[in-house]
Amino acid sequence: MQVETNVKAIHGGAGIRTPERSLEGIASVIRPDGTAHPAQDPRLPLALVKQLYAAMVRTRILDERLVTLQRQGRIGFHIGSLGEEACILASAAAMRDQDWIFPCYREFGALLWRGMPLQRYVDNMFGNANDPAKGRQMPDHYTGKPYKFGSVSSPIGTQMTQAVGFAWAAKLKKDDLVTSAYFGEGATSSNEFHTAMNFAGVFKTPTVMLCRNNGWAISVPSEKQTATRTFAEKGIAYGVPAVRCDGNDVLAVYKTVRAAVEFAAAGGGPTLIEMMTYRLSGHSTSDDPRAYRVEDEVTHWRKADPLLRLRKHLETLGAISDEEDAKLRADVDAELKACIEVAESTPRPALTSLFDDVFAEKPKYLIEQERECLEGPRPQAHH
Amino acid sequence: MTEMNMVQAINDALRLEMRRDDRVVVLGEDVGKVGGVFRVTQGLYDEFGDDRVIDTPLAEGGIIGAAIGMALYGLRPVPEIQFADFIFPAFDQIVSEAAKYRYRSGGEYTCPMVIRTPVGGGIRGGHYHSQSPESLFIHTAGLKVVCPSNPYDAKGLLLSAIRDEDPVLFFEPKRVYRAAKGEVPEGEYTIPLSEAKVVREGKHVTVVAWGAMLYEALASAEEVSAREGIEAEVIDLRTLWPLDLDTIVESVKKTGRVVVVHEAPKTCGFGAEILTLINEKAFLHLEAPPVRVTGWDTPFPYTLEMDYLPLQHRITPALIETAKF
Repeated sequence: MQVETNVKAIHGGAGIRTPERSLEGIASVIRPDGTAHPAQDPRLPLALVKQLYAAMVRTRILDERLVTLQRQGRIGFHIGSLGEEACILASAAAMRDQDWIFPCYREFGALLWRGMPLQRYVDNMFGNANDPAKGRQMPDHYTGKPYKFGSVSSPIGTQMTQAVGFAWAAKLKKDDLVTSAYFGEGATSSNEFHTAMNFAGVFKTPTVMLCRNNGWAISVPSEKQTATRTFAEKGIAYGVPAVRCDGNDVLAVYKTVRAAVEFAAAGGGPTLIEMMTYRLSGHSTSDDPRAYRVEDEVTHWRKADPLLRLRKHLETLGAISDEEDAKLRADVDAELKACIEVAESTPRPALTSLFDDVFAEKPKYLIEQERECLEGPRPQAHH
Repeated sequence: MTEMNMVQAINDALRLEMRRDDRVVVLGEDVGKVGGVFRVTQGLYDEFGDDRVIDTPLAEGGIIGAAIGMALYGLRPVPEIQFADFIFPAFDQIVSEAAKYRYRSGGEYTCPMVIRTPVGGGIRGGHYHSQSPESLFIHTAGLKVVCPSNPYDAKGLLLSAIRDEDPVLFFEPKRVYRAAKGEVPEGEYTIPLSEAKVVREGKHVTVVAWGAMLYEALASAEEVSAREGIEAEVIDLRTLWPLDLDTIVESVKKTGRVVVVHEAPKTCGFGAEILTLINEKAFLHLEAPPVRVTGWDTPFPYTLEMDYLPLQHRITPALIETAKF
């Protein structure tokens, strides 16, 4: 277990509230000058690093545009990952093709990385007839079974025990499969975290517990979630190996998660990874963080923006140009614009879909209620 | 045919289905070597090993959360909650997750699993080993709820439940775990999760009951027949949800009178829903106010549990009053 006493150079000491936000001693790869630490560098293929950069840029632009769409009243809600793109994309990339991801609700970047077409995600934002969740959930409560990606729910932590159960089942069936579960540091206070860690530890399930320590659970700062110095050290109580990594460093996240995946696949069991990052936005579009946090802290973390750090790294490799960057952004903008147009002109789900999928077969009482609904009055307005 | 009690019949169903389908796993507290505190899973550990009969840590939320993960993967988990009174740590996983997976994922994911748990009082269990929380789960969209009253039904319903594509709460009335005995066929058979059973025919008043209270209802029916010449028609619901309303309505149209019996507290108990449905479907056939004989709206007591339960002494006068109204 790493113990931290100081503040890492890259953060310059500002914006660190408490010891547990310190990054001293935490695995970083990309140094302040943008070069990779030679001893730490996982030496990923350049194509993969560029692919990750493109995915992070795409995720960032989507976040910004979706917030705008919400402000314009065109979608009801967005919960994003501004500032947490390295955690989400690099951890998803470090999972193998056969592995399954159990998301929290900030991981649309991972879902797109896994191959869900952007159109389907945007359809989910609009809750239209082509939304894989059939318009039954709020925006960002996507589902991605074809991409070995779970179904988002709002209760905190429930995905953790499910990820453990899924991995456990695979282990019983001797399938070479690892699961990951994403959650914020706030969720380590939930029953589910403790049960999931305990079950995973006892049964040595091949599960990677991915804690995005982004500093805030809506308005509650990380130091009010726990009296421990770090979130990772909670692993000790469950006999689960735990590490912390620089969550704004793509290469560090990839390296750490990949090692945990390989450890799990080799029969070593679960790992808890605390990824140190920061939620640059509010909790969601329903939140205004100015009510509870100081701008200095945000300003500080903006300088540690994972996109800027990866961009700088690519510059040191001579692997990115302004033109390339501009084209990347323009392409995402165009792609998204087209998807929004399609999604906005797609009809809402059919009224009958309200009564589908409650059970495999529709029971008589639901058939009766469906008829009553179809033959009855409709609401005057839809939001 | 072999005579079995409910414990043996449920055990038989689990064993047969585990032999037939290697996706079926049993998990819970003390379900392994000791075979469960009621011995329902006895012998399964020896036959199927600790990969399929799993003693878990003592955390109901973890048992159900992990079982959901197993179901998503493609197994058929049959988690046991040691007493229904202890199901509440798992309530979020059952109500928000298992019940909602199919709907919320647009049908992508399903969560077939059977949560077995003993219910009901009359065993000197006090508040925390006696409750009947069925209405909480019936109220939840996406769950099926079963409560057999006898060994034959228990086996056939459990086999159906395990083969069902949706999550099922399987409540086992522990007061009659060993007291209810009957002939049970060897080998597999199923009873659909949608059919109530008229267990005693009568023309004067309908009694709806399930689980352990069925026997109290039957005893009252015999009593009022002998004493008053009132012939009660007794319906064993067997599956509580989806409800076999047709069987109830057909009976009420014949008798014009109905008494619902359940152990759970009266307010918002399943009896309230059943009587409302009868009002909606057969109001003009009613000759008397529909009546509930239920547990009181108090916590379940220890010493005075027989005064709490809606036993024969309370069902009999309700039948007489309703029949003579």
